[in-house]
Amino acid sequence: MGASDFSKLPHIGEAVRRKEDARFLTGAGNYTDDVLLPHQAHAVFLRSPHAHAAIRSIDTAAAAKMPGVVHIFTGADIDGKMGGLPCGWLINNPDGTPMKEPPHPILAIGKVRYVGDQVAMVVAETVQQAKDAVEAIVVDYDVLPALVTVADAAKKQSGVTLHDAAPDNQCYKWTLGDKAAVDAAFAGAAHVTKLDLVNNRLVPNAIEPRVAVAGYNRAGDEYTLYVANQNPHVERLLMTAFVLGLPEHKVRVIAPDVGGGFGSKIYLYAEDVALTWASKQLNRNIKWTAERSESFLTDAHGRDHVSHAEMAMDKDGRFLAMRVHTDANLGAYLSTFSTAIPTILYATLLAGQYTTPQIYVEVDAWFTNTAPVDAYRGAGRPEATYLLERLVTRCGWELGLSQDEIRRRNFITQFPYQTPVALQYDVGDYNACMTQAQELADAAGFAARKAESEKKGRLRGIGYSSYIEACGLAPSNIAGALGARAGLFEAGEVRVHPTGSVTVFTGSHSHGQGHETTFAQVVAARLGIPVENVDVVHGDTGRIPFGMGTYGSRSISVGGAAIMRALDKIEAKAKKIAAHLMEASDADIEFAGGEFTVKGTDKKIPFGQVALTAYVPHNYPLDKLEPGLNETAFYDPTNFTYPAGTYICEVEIDQGTGEVKIDRFTAVDDFGTIINPMIVEGQVHGGIVQGIGQALMENCVYDSESGQLLTGSFMDYAMPRAEDFPEFRLGTVCTPCTHNPLGTKGCGEAGAIGSPPAVINAVLDALRPLGVKDFDMPASPARVWEAMQRGATTPTQQPETPPLTASTQGRPAA
Amino acid sequence: MQVTLTVNGREVAIDAPPNTLLVQAIREHLRLTGTHVGCDTAQCGACTVHLNGRAIKSCNVLLAQVAGGNVTTIEGVAQADGTMHPMQAAFKECHGLQCGFCTPGMVMSAIDLCTHHPKSGEREIRELLDGNLCRCTGYQNIVKAVKQGGEAMAAQPASV
Repeated sequence: MGASDFSKLPHIGEAVRRKEDARFLTGAGNYTDDVLLPHQAHAVFLRSPHAHAAIRSIDTAAAAKMPGVVHIFTGADIDGKMGGLPCGWLINNPDGTPMKEPPHPILAIGKVRYVGDQVAMVVAETVQQAKDAVEAIVVDYDVLPALVTVADAAKKQSGVTLHDAAPDNQCYKWTLGDKAAVDAAFAGAAHVTKLDLVNNRLVPNAIEPRVAVAGYNRAGDEYTLYVANQNPHVERLLMTAFVLGLPEHKVRVIAPDVGGGFGSKIYLYAEDVALTWASKQLNRNIKWTAERSESFLTDAHGRDHVSHAEMAMDKDGRFLAMRVHTDANLGAYLSTFSTAIPTILYATLLAGQYTTPQIYVEVDAWFTNTAPVDAYRGAGRPEATYLLERLVTRCGWELGLSQDEIRRRNFITQFPYQTPVALQYDVGDYNACMTQAQELADAAGFAARKAESEKKGRLRGIGYSSYIEACGLAPSNIAGALGARAGLFEAGEVRVHPTGSVTVFTGSHSHGQGHETTFAQVVAARLGIPVENVDVVHGDTGRIPFGMGTYGSRSISVGGAAIMRALDKIEAKAKKIAAHLMEASDADIEFAGGEFTVKGTDKKIPFGQVALTAYVPHNYPLDKLEPGLNETAFYDPTNFTYPAGTYICEVEIDQGTGEVKIDRFTAVDDFGTIINPMIVEGQVHGGIVQGIGQALMENCVYDSESGQLLTGSFMDYAMPRAEDFPEFRLGTVCTPCTHNPLGTKGCGEAGAIGSPPAVINAVLDALRPLGVKDFDMPASPARVWEAMQRGATTPTQQPETPPLTASTQGRPAA
Repeated sequence: MQVTLTVNGREVAIDAPPNTLLVQAIREHLRLTGTHVGCDTAQCGACTVHLNGRAIKSCNVLLAQVAGGNVTTIEGVAQADGTMHPMQAAFKECHGLQCGFCTPGMVMSAIDLCTHHPKSGEREIRELLDGNLCRCTGYQNIVKAVKQGGEAMAAQPASV
């Protein structure tokens, strides 16, 4: 079935209340920390207190004798017995040499490289006993100087080397685009706008910390790992094939109810491997639950880019070319998809919604003595959008054009559109999103509201952001050509039971997205049965054929498409059964609204009768058709999907305190076909709050000398709370995706991608009269106040030193 | 150390070390796993329960401190026949939850909020939810749910 027929089916576009809510609301959810296995022991990790140090010795003798201690493992126990954590994406340097891939051991071997690096694992009968034993381990460290900021790494003056394999701490240099063509366009430009900016480092902070429970069964030599994870099959594949060398069929990974991910639970983490391996060594079930402090220290962080961007324009503000240099902080080790974030998922989005004919991007990626950095909601696309949308607004201001006018002059209006940075957009209507956003935001009334604010002694600003993202990851062959070391298809199985109810097995994973409802709506709509008769199973390698999991807003467009393909097979087979029952030819059978009919007659039978016949095949074409009604499909997309929209933010700033209040926030998105608008709106709300959080309050800060994490708890890291926001105004435009059977584009990350530049553009619009031309996130009261006093920017991560120009070494221009 | 208290209307005696937190007693000793732990600084509110009719963070109270007390957890707010509390029903109706991890604490706080501040408007609800973090919903639908749930509670004064 195609996208246009699909969108007209019942239940599609209906705000069906969620099937999963009953268990979550009554305390019956089953999260990993709720799992209790027989004779379960507990693991606690000893972590490095230093950002960078050589390990001279580890003495576990006293700790091992403490009450309840089962065993203590250190790097010496695993050295040579298993691999390190693998990186899933290969990036090559411009000369064709591969990126540097230093080992990432499961427990530190010889050296620690960030505060929180795991040094030893204590397994004891209780958590308290394990914690006590951790305290009794004596490690003799030779503390080394730490390299903390990406700007320092780029200067190559630190004298610090984290990994022997990367003596200058550079993982790779990567470029995209035609440099000569870009330089030529700049040479002939009427105007060039330049911008330095920092994309501040963030801590994902899903409210459920990471948890793992590993078990081993001697009878079958089988392992079971329960883990708070977004893609259990990927976790299993990486762990068995690349780290432990175990046969995959002997390991079952279950990700039950998962309390939020936002990217941070995509990855294979060392704790998961250590527990799984140790469960056999000790023949015990072992649980580890991260404390929030450990989450801050060791969950993969997000963002952390320092960039310089330039746009060349003609005299009318039409974009001629753009060039960008970005220094990206990868942290101390390569996390699973870390290398793809500042390259493939970043630079390819720098065309945005505009017809810029030439773009050249250079990315230098660095190791530093900080936690690994990887995908966090949006993953590369927020960094691209922030850079581009800040730059575009500045282009407008320098040319005396309004924020909407500079955008409209450069919008892409013809599709499909081939960008100069590899992607081909299939469809979109950027002007429609902008127009609707301006109406919902009452942009026309801004001047009057500004005057009102000024009467009260307050500053008011308006900020625009027109984002695009590439979702629905991804065509496997294209991803492979770009360095992906895995396929990016999805699997789905539709099992029709004899009585006509259905269980769907999906390789997507829901950790808040509501797949159990949305996917059930898809199946119910296709088969003409009630949504309640469809259950969705996810997160278990023992029950689901295969899965690449949930990230990059891919679930409905790839996972949902796999289910659609399986439903096509179900429908095709069911029609043959129906044809047999009604003594008609296969070609004359039609199926709609849960009934099979024979074209041109009044003959009909319900879906349930066909289902029963498939399993009780007494009157059945057994010579031509197998019994049963259970179909599996794998779907590999042919292109990315391209959600896009315009966000408009209006802020009011208290001149006395520097406090920025979001007065109104409007988001208009084009997600293509929408299956459940209630769930989609919820995704947008959550994304916007994470985006505004980045723009106004969240900031992960390490001490630049010691490498200690200064924002290591909810007391120090400002998490967005209910009172920080107004009610958001949302709208949608629909241009269905042209290449998947649902017409969907994905909605999970848009809010976090589109909102930060809208907020900062609004802050800058408000501060412009005071001479502030530039401002880095977060716009916290102290930093805004300081900028107002100085009439200039306040850098994000180096409050003591004059900022961004210091980190422009190696950039296209000063 | 043995501590006797009432949990969800049933008297229980718990034998636990003196440094046991109330949330540990609830989760590990009574296996009422609806109450969650999301942080270690009493900031997130995922562990919120009611003690003697007021919302408290159960990660911040020792079991020994609540001896003889009356504790209600998320498992204890629906009616015996399974009918959801009006606040639970409002969270479902308004899509006030996504991953569900903060939800039990959020619902327990919301019931307390509406019991003690029954006619709160949007701004007041947002301020009173200060002790509960949610990373998924962006709060908008939680605020809507609290308002709707509060109105339903006012119409049914017999509920918790």
